Amino acid sequence: MQFMLLFSRQGKLRLQKWYVPLSDKEKKKITRELVQTVLARKPKMCSFLEWRDLKVVYKRYASLYFCCAIEEQDNELITLEIIHRYVELLDKYFGSVCELDIIFNFEKAYFILDEFLLGGEAQETSKKTVLKAIEQADLLQEVRPHVVTLHYE
Amino acid sequence: MPAVSKGDGMRGLAVFISDIRNCKSKEAEIKRINKELANIRSKFKGDKALDGYSKKKYVCKLLFIFLLGHDIDFGHMEAVNLLSSNKYTEKQIGYLFISVLVNSNSELIRLINNAIKNDLSSRNPTFMCLALHCIANVGSREMAEAFASEIPRILVAGDTMDSVKQSAALCLLRLYKTSPDLVLMGEWTSRVVHLLNDQHMGVVTAAISLITCLSQKNPDEFKTCVSLAVSRLSRIVSSASTDLQDYTYYFVPAPWLSCKLLRLLQCYPPPEDGAVKGRLVECLETILNKAQEPPKSKKVQHSNAKNAILFEAISLIIHYDSEPNLLVRACNQLGQFLQHRETNLRYLALESMCTLASSEFSHEAVKTHIETVINALKTERDVSVRQRAADLLYAMCDRSNAKQIVAEMLSYLETADYSIREEMVLKVAILAEKYAVDYSWYVDTILNLIRIAGDYVSEEVWYRVIQIVINRDDVQGYAAKTVFEALQAPACHENMVKVGGYILGEFGNLIAGDPRSSPLVQFNLLHSKFHLCSVPTRALLLSAYIKFINLFPETKATIQEVLRCDSQIRNSDVELQQRAVEYLKLSSIASTDVLATVLEEMPPFPERESSILAKLKKKKGPGAVSVPELDDKREGGELNGGGDRGPDTAAMSASNAVSRYVLVASSCLFMYIGFVCKNNGVLFENQLLQIGIKSEYRQNLGRMYLFYGNKTSVQFASFTTTVSCPGELQSHILSLNVQTKPVEPLVEGGAQIQQVLNIECLTDFSEAPLLNIKFRYGGALQNLSLKLPVTINKFFQPTEMTSHDFFQRWKQLSQPQQEAQKIFKANHGMDTEVLKAKLLGLGTALLDDVDPNPENYVCAGVIQTKGQQVGCLLRLEPNGQAQMYRLTLRCSKDSVSMRLCELLAQQF
Repeated sequence: MQFMLLFSRQGKLRLQKWYVPLSDKEKKKITRELVQTVLARKPKMCSFLEWRDLKVVYKRYASLYFCCAIEEQDNELITLEIIHRYVELLDKYFGSVCELDIIFNFEKAYFILDEFLLGGEAQETSKKTVLKAIEQADLLQEVRPHVVTLHYE
Repeated sequence: MPAVSKGDGMRGLAVFISDIRNCKSKEAEIKRINKELANIRSKFKGDKALDGYSKKKYVCKLLFIFLLGHDIDFGHMEAVNLLSSNKYTEKQIGYLFISVLVNSNSELIRLINNAIKNDLSSRNPTFMCLALHCIANVGSREMAEAFASEIPRILVAGDTMDSVKQSAALCLLRLYKTSPDLVLMGEWTSRVVHLLNDQHMGVVTAAISLITCLSQKNPDEFKTCVSLAVSRLSRIVSSASTDLQDYTYYFVPAPWLSCKLLRLLQCYPPPEDGAVKGRLVECLETILNKAQEPPKSKKVQHSNAKNAILFEAISLIIHYDSEPNLLVRACNQLGQFLQHRETNLRYLALESMCTLASSEFSHEAVKTHIETVINALKTERDVSVRQRAADLLYAMCDRSNAKQIVAEMLSYLETADYSIREEMVLKVAILAEKYAVDYSWYVDTILNLIRIAGDYVSEEVWYRVIQIVINRDDVQGYAAKTVFEALQAPACHENMVKVGGYILGEFGNLIAGDPRSSPLVQFNLLHSKFHLCSVPTRALLLSAYIKFINLFPETKATIQEVLRCDSQIRNSDVELQQRAVEYLKLSSIASTDVLATVLEEMPPFPERESSILAKLKKKKGPGAVSVPELDDKREGGELNGGGDRGPDTAAMSASNAVSRYVLVASSCLFMYIGFVCKNNGVLFENQLLQIGIKSEYRQNLGRMYLFYGNKTSVQFASFTTTVSCPGELQSHILSLNVQTKPVEPLVEGGAQIQQVLNIECLTDFSEAPLLNIKFRYGGALQNLSLKLPVTINKFFQPTEMTSHDFFQRWKQLSQPQQEAQKIFKANHGMDTEVLKAKLLGLGTALLDDVDPNPENYVCAGVIQTKGQQVGCLLRLEPNGQAQMYRLTLRCSKDSVSMRLCELLAQQF
């Protein structure tokens, strides 16, 4: 995977993770173009599109778009499920995650992503193991996280 | 604020984020951010040492500001300080900041690397993971230099925790991707391969990404991974959905790992070991079988995970391309997906089938789905799916179905999305050429293409149809007839005019026997389109006209008349003007033999790779278009090979041949004539080059500045200029002495270079010096000859004199040879001020109150040459009623009178 972007229906970037070295200028340009392209697509359209020499896989969850750019030989469907698993992780951690959770706790969203994906590849796909790692880290902090029920889409 | 605040919740940060969200405008947001930045800056600079919590909070705020899209240029040092904090959360934020805002400050990098080194050797797995995440996120060369040898050790050490191993494996992968030279293979490599056997599924999942990447570069070193991967895959595929506990995803066992295993196997040929191969084939069959089983869940996640594995398995089957049974099964499976209700599956099935179409085992099986694919092209609502359908039709095309597929693609083109039209056009053009059994079908198809999607027909496409028609004499008559008919349409695309002009110019004679398409009818048809066309097309049509003169002498008078009219011969476009002038001259002075030689039918183009195929390759990358090569392997010509020029460049070179022939007679006559009465301006301009001139003269000396401007974005190479005085002069006495220095041989795109000419007039002259310019533009040699606007009048010194003196001098110059006179029609109106300006520009003194008739203009001057002075008197008598002038010149030297009279007659 080359990068992952989370953005709102209004086109506001909520999270960006780059797995290839690019200048800030390039990142901004790519983000702008891709957000525009994806937002312009209709709901029932397919989740994959060719964009430059990359394949883009995206899915919308409530008000947020999750969008990954993968390489030619990468598997689109499994990338779609990478996105879903990340949503599940956020959901489990925040308890029925919403866009605001990601805005106010952006650092947590990054930490969870780093436990799940590293260098653009799946590091740990078990939901339990990832959450355990995050919870252990939280244990080292002052307040114990409080897990609420799962609810998404 | 969200209902639940997580972790240690930094209140200040939450308040700041709320503030930003409450900002009503962009300006308010920027104001709030600037306030915060000032605050943070003062805290960081303050005398009071900040505690860890405050530092963390401020660093986090900076991070947030950066993620909003603002630049952050401080705080790095504070972030680095956090790295060595004992508190996990502070360290974590420090690492996050470093990962997101990488800084190339070398002092900083040393400190960061130091902190990472400490954490890596801390034996605290949480700290080690943080450090490894940071390396993987940044992945810079400096980090590779510092840690590329350390990480493999951590990865294979017996006592390393699983979670650390996972991070180490992917961290190493990132370093290998950025700096492969720094990650040295060694004893650790064989142990890495054995991680495929690890008990911990997470370790296998992480390690396999690393192994796959390393195998691609060092297949031999890692080939033992094949049998390990097969047995791991086999265990997963045969496991029950509950066996793998949390690694089962919506009833699918380990989908990510399965996909990665199948992907790893695609780095190698089929296993040689029969047992391993048998086991693998069994796995693949099981995967195909499972696709037929009823789903264990209705959730899309279940089917996505299951099908992700299936598609990866099919990729492997296609990669092996050796198991006909599996290939056909794969094809049938994809065939089912073609009609699936999930758009995503239809998309992927079309995509995957494209590669299947290139296998000899499954090509026929793919072809059976043609109706479904055509239907998809017509009915899919998503353009990206239609695009895949078009790709697949292209891939499955062969001689047996070419006509059907090309017809479907053509009809799709009428409504196709703009974004894919050009590519569709290329594909239709390629298929039509490749599978043309009779070339009349080919010509029909391409002309249809131009009719339907003319705007998207790139030059390569219409060049190609012309190349083919030129090279195949069995289709020339048909082509001429068809374009002639196509041109009858009241509105036809300009590309049609180009093709029509070219083909009728070459082969119009093949249909001229029919009175309905007699030479004049053909010409009038073409010429009726002329005025609606752009300059390049008009240029091509002019070439077609001169070809007509050669093909059909009976059209000569008509065409000459067309060429002679002002809109041609005085066209403001240099290229058109030059063609008109040269062709007119050529047709009037050349004998029939010369004409027939110069305008001979174009020779066949050298056989080479289709220029459109090259274009599609360039567009899509190699491999993307190789598919239709299947049943008809052609000689692969060189891509964009030396002679790959379109027919119009060929026409241009024909026109160059013509221009060499008539150059001295007429080249750029009008441009140069424009400079008789002025010293500065643009002498020449075409698409590539602009030449500007500034000049000044005193006595018999002149200095001319030439400015050569490169109008393209590409460098001109070997740029040379030479100035020569025409032969007449060199053989006798030199009348002009022109000295110049060579110019720089390289003219960058968009740049302008200057050259100075020093000119000395030795004796009077009538021929202007010639400027020859040669340069290379994109490999093609450009050659240009222009007359420099150095005319005898440039050396005029004005002479004021009274009426009495004037008439006395006038009478003295009364020998018949001393006088030259011309009566001519006014070409540029008869405005007094314009006339006066021109006469002054001529260099003479304009004398008032000399001529008894105040309407007349009288001038006097002396031409200064090195050897002598020539006195000149001029009288210009306008006749407003008749719009005529009478111009009389009397000079002390006969040749000067003649020359001045000629020059001036063209000015008024």
